[in-house]
Amino acid sequence: MATTTVASPPRARPAVPRRRLTQARRRQFVGLALVSPALLVVFVFFLLPLGMTFWMSLHDWPLLGEHTWVGLGNYTKALSDDTWLDSVVFTLKYTLFVTPLLFVAALALAVLVNRPGRPARVFQTVFFLPVVIGFAAAAYLWLYLAQPGLGPLNAMVGDGESNWFATSTSALVTVVLMVIWKMTGMQMILLLSGLQSIPAELTEAARIDGAGPWKSFRYVTLPLLRPTLALVLVFSVAGSLLAFDQFFIMTAGGPSNSTITAVYQIYRTSFINFDLGYGAALSAMLMVVLAAVSAVQMLLLRKTDFS
Amino acid sequence: MKTVSEVRRSLPRAAWWVACLCVSVVVLQPLYVMISQSLKSTSEATQSPPTRYPHGISADNYEALGNTGSVGIWTHVGNSLFVSIGATLLTVVLATLAGYGFAKLRFVGSGVLFFLILATFMIPFQAVITPLFSILHTLGLNNSLTGLVLVYTTFQLPLGIFLMRNSFAALPASIEEAALIDGCGYVSAMVRVMLPVAVPGLISTALFTFFTSWNEFFAALVLVTDEAKFTLPVTLTVLASNQLGALNWGIMQAGVAVTAIPCIVLYLVLQRYYVAGLVAGAVK
Repeated sequence: MATTTVASPPRARPAVPRRRLTQARRRQFVGLALVSPALLVVFVFFLLPLGMTFWMSLHDWPLLGEHTWVGLGNYTKALSDDTWLDSVVFTLKYTLFVTPLLFVAALALAVLVNRPGRPARVFQTVFFLPVVIGFAAAAYLWLYLAQPGLGPLNAMVGDGESNWFATSTSALVTVVLMVIWKMTGMQMILLLSGLQSIPAELTEAARIDGAGPWKSFRYVTLPLLRPTLALVLVFSVAGSLLAFDQFFIMTAGGPSNSTITAVYQIYRTSFINFDLGYGAALSAMLMVVLAAVSAVQMLLLRKTDFS
Repeated sequence: MKTVSEVRRSLPRAAWWVACLCVSVVVLQPLYVMISQSLKSTSEATQSPPTRYPHGISADNYEALGNTGSVGIWTHVGNSLFVSIGATLLTVVLATLAGYGFAKLRFVGSGVLFFLILATFMIPFQAVITPLFSILHTLGLNNSLTGLVLVYTTFQLPLGIFLMRNSFAALPASIEEAALIDGCGYVSAMVRVMLPVAVPGLISTALFTFFTSWNEFFAALVLVTDEAKFTLPVTLTVLASNQLGALNWGIMQAGVAVTAIPCIVLYLVLQRYYVAGLVAGAVK
């Protein structure tokens, strides 16, 4: 770069670097100015509450009145709080139940609609449709479908009269059916984009070598799809650990508080009992788990070519 | 012989159609029930066993929505529109500015700050809802739709900034340099030259923010306590709890339809951008 300035007169030399420097500085300044509004919002409504979660969790913090320092008291309380532990166990149970079902359904649909042509594209659109409906609307729709004596699904599948929300297990199954209906399309689209990134020559080569469709899927497609599979699994687990809407609406935590999830219990602690300090401690515990799940996600992504 | 082999060859194709149509029926059936139930007359909606299709289309349930709760459905539609459009506009503007800054005008520490913003991806707002409630209380934004707009914007910003930064980074630096040489400032270079090319990323960001804000339930339930300010998803809980004992499922499904149908229409019109943004965001 510097050698190109040989022809220019000597007195011009100091002027060029200085102008460049101020321009570079101006560039940096403009960059910072453009980024700062977003930073301000993220600071006030994310970083500040994040820090406050840990601060509040060390206090007895009612909605009104004095805060008193309790140290790790809230955490030790949580470890022997049966209601909280039950909600944690239920959340894990729900996650272990819904994740494989969603995954298998989504993979089957992705393989089904992974074809060129207009009909396949139309079916992709149809299968994705429930994803864009909110969880609240979907939950109220399915609450009706499952109503004893009234709901079409209840009339179709069961005897039409039995109350699916009467036992913990049948309530969980009903909610899981709704979630599968609503979320399969989302995972299908992600898996489909993974399938379509696999070069066609590879499966073709497997076929020429004499592999049947199942063998080429098992030994060529699946291994190449692994990064996407991992990603979809992590999304699904993180989403399930945060379940709230569907249980709040469809079961209201019942029967006898047997379908309360971790977020639901945090909601009850902070906004029904207004025990904000204890609610913050429970949030902090949930956050550690979610951070671990995210860390796994990061690790998996490191190994892919996407970054 | 020829016909047999022809049949054999067309069998997999037929099986594919049958499978896809069966799944379509399962997927679409609940939506059909939602619409048909909402169009039944009041007496038919409570019939047991349920009728399979409305015997006579009636707008009873939609009219009843206008009088349910303390303010009627239109106020709630307005609240939802205000929150969704407000959050969408704010997110698009902030994400475009920041995305351009992070992509093209790197400064000392911009890498660290970008990582910090992406960290918001990892921790969802459900985990910080308790202090968020206190902070909004302190700022006088508790029980306010503006507070909700700011919260939704905050948690959509990482994805928005990520998508916009990628859109801008994909453009060659020569375009920007040409604009700068032609006498544009940095900001007008962005608005006039770079932004038009980054429009797909912008639409994806806007769509995601709109859908999320329109459908969000948990924060809206916690942060807004005044019934007149409820957004549509929370309004559904009012519809469910108002008629004590005898819940009117016709009105309920009309409420669900009002909440769900705008999203379905918007998705069908703009699905290309929605799916592209989804895939790009997922493999971040």
